[in-house]
Amino acid sequence: MLLEGKKLLVTGVLMDSSIAFHVAKLAQEQGAEVVLSSFGRTMKITSTIAKRLPSPAPVIELDVTDQEHLDTLAARLGEHVDGLDGVLHSIGFAPQGAFSFLDASWEDVATAMQASAYSLKALAVAALPLMEEGGSLVGLTFDAKFAWPVYDWMGVAKAAFESTSRYLARDLGPKGIRCNLVSAGPIGTTAAKSIPGFEQLAGSWDDRAPLGWDRADPVPAARACAALLSDWFPATTGEIVHVDGGVHAMGQ
Amino acid sequence: MAQSEQEILAGLAEIVNEETGLETDSVQPDKSFTEDLDIDSLSMMTIVVNAEEKFGVRIPDDEVKNLSTVKDAVSFIHSAQG
Ligand SMILES: NC(=O)c1ccc[n+]([C@@H]2O[C@H](COP(=O)([O-])OP(=O)(O)OC[C@H]3O[C@@H](n4cnc5c(N)ncnc54)[C@H](O)[C@@H]3O)[C@@H](O)[C@H]2O)c1
Repeated sequence: MLLEGKKLLVTGVLMDSSIAFHVAKLAQEQGAEVVLSSFGRTMKITSTIAKRLPSPAPVIELDVTDQEHLDTLAARLGEHVDGLDGVLHSIGFAPQGAFSFLDASWEDVATAMQASAYSLKALAVAALPLMEEGGSLVGLTFDAKFAWPVYDWMGVAKAAFESTSRYLARDLGPKGIRCNLVSAGPIGTTAAKSIPGFEQLAGSWDDRAPLGWDRADPVPAARACAALLSDWFPATTGEIVHVDGGVHAMGQ
Repeated sequence: MAQSEQEILAGLAEIVNEETGLETDSVQPDKSFTEDLDIDSLSMMTIVVNAEEKFGVRIPDDEVKNLSTVKDAVSFIHSAQG
């Protein structure tokens, strides 16, 4: 099995539509031991959804913008696993104001940046004490090379996120820790649907993708995450794997 | 196993009570989740997920916005149980 014996922290499971839910499910099916994290009022939802996994997974609390949660993460994880081989960052958040480019306030932008970009570094550092034998960090981005309709400051945050991943690759490589991203096409999750005008963003994807694209199917993105968490990309770091039907490679 | 609308209403009222602290008696068919019961989107998600577990049905995301009153939810669950 692809992830036999791996111990993984999977953040970002909200509903069973969450990309992270499908990563957790695949990971368990492939032999991994999975711990989930959630935060605040979504803890209850995650705990209920966790029961829909092949085997129940513990849920610990982690708000990636809460320094105390980060500081105590390793100790709290240590109650469930004696180390970590991989971490999935599947977290994105921006206030509604951030989806209006010219009107967005710094407060809205700062919130988006902290929760969606800086959080990759924060999570990596928090998990580091459990990754003494190396491991794999994987995150999810939405192609930040372009200006998209409605994505606005979330797009800028994703550009920072992609850059953060490269710097983590630089600084954690010597510790045997890889850091890679999956750049997914639009998928109809809770976060995506909360973006005003998601339809506009997702609309033409299927037509533009040489392989076609099913926005109701989070499995292709989840499989790429599982592969990057596995031992099958041992010399790959700072990379972005596009799971978008091929849209990123096309001109008009 | 299909339940009666009365049973579903009673079960749903318990779920709403657990999430919001509202008295089960206040969860009446004609009440709107957002306007009368003051339930926000995150609480609504919690209620939906718990209802799925309790009643053994799936309530798709796209359906949730059509469930504006308690009666809408009860009817949907009732027909989903078929
Ligand atoms: N859905 C898409 O179209 C798409 C495309 C490309 C990339 N992505 C990325 O995939 C990732 C997962 O999103 P999703 O689409 O599965 O949606 P989702 O709504 O299911 O997941 C988003 C998660 O972020 C978590 N979160 C938000 N703020 C947090 C905080 N402060 N601390 C901890 N967790 C927090 C939420 O609890 C939720 O579990 C995000 O990074 C998103 O940007 C999504």
